[in-house]
Amino acid sequence: MASSWRARGDQPGVVSTELLSAADVARTIARIAHQIIEKTSFEPSNAADVVLLGLPTRGVPLARRLAAAIAEFTGGAPGVGILDATLYRDDLRRRPARSLEPTALPDGGVDDRLVVLVDDVLFSGRTVRAALDALRDHGRPRAVQLAVLVDRGHRELPIRADYVGKNVPTARAEQIAVLLTEVDGRDAVLLRRPQEADRQGGTGRPGGTG
Amino acid sequence: MRHLISTADLDAISANLLLDTAERLKQALLGREVRKLPTLRGRTVVTLFYEDSTRTRVSFEIAGKWMSADVINVSARGSSVAKGESLRDTAATLAAAGADCVIIRHPASGAAQRLVDWGGSINLAQRAPSVVNAGDGIHEHPTQALLDAATLRERLGSIAGRRIGIVGDVLHSRVARSNVFLLTTLGAEVVLIAPPTLLPVGVADWPCQVGHHLDAELAGLDAVMMLRVQAERMRGGFFPSAREYSIGYALTQRRLDMLPEHAVVLHPGPMVRGMEIASLVADSPRSAVLEQVRNGVHVRMAVLYHLLAGAPEDRG
Amino acid sequence: MSSILIKSARPYGDDPVDVVLRDGVIAEVGNRLAAPSGAEVIDADGLIALPGFVDLHTHLREPGGEDAETIETGSAAAALGGFTCVFAMPNTDPVADSAVVVEYVYRRGREVGLVDVHPVGAVTVGLAGERLAELGTMASCPAGVRMFSDDGKCVHDPLLMRRALEYATALDVVIAQHAEDPRLTGGAQAHEGAVAARLGLTGWPATAEETIVARDCALAREAGAALHVCHVSSAHTVAVLRAAKAAGIHVSAEVTPHHLLLTDAVLSSYDPINKVNPPLRTGADTAAMRAALAEGVIDCVATDHAPHPPEAKDCEWAAARSGMLGLQTALSVLVHTMVESGLLDWRGMARVLSERPAQIAGLADQGRPLEVGEPATLTLIDPDAAWTVRSDRLASVATNTPYEGMRLPARVVATVLRGRVTARDGEVRW
Repeated sequence: MASSWRARGDQPGVVSTELLSAADVARTIARIAHQIIEKTSFEPSNAADVVLLGLPTRGVPLARRLAAAIAEFTGGAPGVGILDATLYRDDLRRRPARSLEPTALPDGGVDDRLVVLVDDVLFSGRTVRAALDALRDHGRPRAVQLAVLVDRGHRELPIRADYVGKNVPTARAEQIAVLLTEVDGRDAVLLRRPQEADRQGGTGRPGGTG
Repeated sequence: MRHLISTADLDAISANLLLDTAERLKQALLGREVRKLPTLRGRTVVTLFYEDSTRTRVSFEIAGKWMSADVINVSARGSSVAKGESLRDTAATLAAAGADCVIIRHPASGAAQRLVDWGGSINLAQRAPSVVNAGDGIHEHPTQALLDAATLRERLGSIAGRRIGIVGDVLHSRVARSNVFLLTTLGAEVVLIAPPTLLPVGVADWPCQVGHHLDAELAGLDAVMMLRVQAERMRGGFFPSAREYSIGYALTQRRLDMLPEHAVVLHPGPMVRGMEIASLVADSPRSAVLEQVRNGVHVRMAVLYHLLAGAPEDRG
Repeated sequence: MSSILIKSARPYGDDPVDVVLRDGVIAEVGNRLAAPSGAEVIDADGLIALPGFVDLHTHLREPGGEDAETIETGSAAAALGGFTCVFAMPNTDPVADSAVVVEYVYRRGREVGLVDVHPVGAVTVGLAGERLAELGTMASCPAGVRMFSDDGKCVHDPLLMRRALEYATALDVVIAQHAEDPRLTGGAQAHEGAVAARLGLTGWPATAEETIVARDCALAREAGAALHVCHVSSAHTVAVLRAAKAAGIHVSAEVTPHHLLLTDAVLSSYDPINKVNPPLRTGADTAAMRAALAEGVIDCVATDHAPHPPEAKDCEWAAARSGMLGLQTALSVLVHTMVESGLLDWRGMARVLSERPAQIAGLADQGRPLEVGEPATLTLIDPDAAWTVRSDRLASVATNTPYEGMRLPARVVATVLRGRVTARDGEVRW
């Protein structure tokens, strides 16, 4: 009954193109951090007013890195936490029961704070919708924003990101794989497409569930 | 996972997955105003209880409701059960009425397994319900063992390598059976401590040790689980008197002091204070009795989650 | 009465011969016999011929339990299973503890006419274990009761058992004991051992059988009475029987086919189809049963054919009734456990299925040799035909066979009772 996250190494029969290198990933995170500082008018004095909540799995290290970058640039550390929205997903019945990831909110919760949800890939928007529902049960933030490393399009819900590292137009059969050192041993963003055209519609799930 | 009948059916991976899920659910609900998850919306869970058990039934009911399942309680009184309807007919009726999950407590060992087998043979428009064994006769009570394990994990940090004593009426205890199999699967050493009359013939085949002298075991235990001694056993001549039983097997303050500092005291409840556990011990910080009850809800949520949340194909 | 020519049968598995049956007796045995005019010819072509089987332990359920079996359907099952004689246990409703009931059973058996139905009388009134039933009246009535038993319950009171054994000596009848000390089996559900401990089923300890058999052997010795032990199930009981026989005590014993084949390992499904009393025991016990039957310490096989309606079996284990069908599967289970294993040859099969049970019950016209002048009561067996057990194709009203779907060796091709074919090729000759 266990469902595990598939390892994001190279797969047979799949052509991988590197969209972002490790250095690109670092630069992109730094840029998003600057945008968050600017857009939220972040200052050390109001640091506790901003909370970055990572969506498992790769949103969690991303949120930590963004928080670290913000602290480095401003000297003030925003709140960081984890929000697992699995229990709120609308597609639970389409797959084997998934194992849950931890949820950990910073001290003081989210009430009246500005919450930035952080994920690796924005795709259909369903993960974000589930996260918004989960967030509602945890409290009432002053405002909610969304930061993603990659927006690959194909939205199925009226959801958009406030901060986007890179927009990547994709075909549905293609996969976006975000690799992060904390999870995958290295930083990169890969575009994968099936080797043969007739394999479109694909084996395996598209990368980036959100 | 399709049903939960026996802890012997759980390997270490699935047992740990259930415990992890319970822990995450506990975290997810911690300090929240709204203790309600939408996860099982539209799922119907029936508790079918042929024995009185307020604590187990309520625990399952809360677990289901916190996950937004529709929970319906059927008890042996106040339903067709009391009119002599057979278990099979009752099960078929619940299945036909659309139950996704039947949680059964029954005085006959094997009753839950029978429900599973009948589910396979009853011809239904929809799939047969998942079955959760909430205690069948003197066979098993798997969610009790899971909540015990969750409590031990919380208190001790880990279960593997720990030595856990189960004390009392093992012969008639479904809790003991479920714990022996679950705790050993999770890597613990289990020692059953009881007078020979309260141990089943054939216990030598179980993956655990057996002792008759509680005092001799206490110093080596990381946890001690006290089993309930039912009044009717005293009349059955399994031991001479309540007083003599207490002298040999009750967890007194003196015996509490013989346990290592870190050791935990568990009891599945309801407790018979005095005879099997001294009041001071039951209320001491070493006792995890109330944590057991709290963890019971989260463990049962985890079970319902893994039985009901995923894709039906995988539940087959 | 018409004649029958059986061509090329192998009596007791010996060389093929032709056999002519006429006027209810074996008229001729020899090679290339001519068919008498109008005779039915059975081309046996190497089939085994044995004297008709005698079952000392059958539950025909009539009167009172007709939703599970009747004397008619049970007789049909017996004939199809190769039996020419069955002993009908008295735990009916009303209990067969009086001449009225045993005569009813006897008369219905004669009317059906497929097998000799001998009623077993109850030892105590209402099987209550409190006072003796009228053994003498039942023995001397037209039913001529030969055997008494409280089967299903043990005659537990040692004084009452002593009196029964003493009283029986004057009637020249046998007391058949269901050996189970009820003080040791309160609430018992399964053989006391590792499997029951694991499944949470209250144990039925083998000692509950062993101690009653030891006690009864001592009582039979002092009374000079004939004791028969029903459905032996434990290896320890075999040791008691061996010692009692060596001491010259007049004790006999039976074992059921299921206690030769099945063990408590099948209980893990909790399907009460496997619930029986005494319970299925361990592999060591089934091995001991087979060895004791081959050796003769256990004299014979008896089916303990125990039909139950579906609602008595299709329920939780504790609520289910004990017992399983046996008449139509007995031969096959015996061939599988005893013949294929080399423990018994066909002479031995005749001994345990026909000759010894007839002797134990004191029957003059069953279990006789296949010789000229003897009753034409025999069974033809195809040892090489395998078949798959299907409960809905058995003749019993009830369907509670534990062998459903099992492929078993050997078939009964024909059963003949005093010159009348009662079953042939799986069909009853009413």
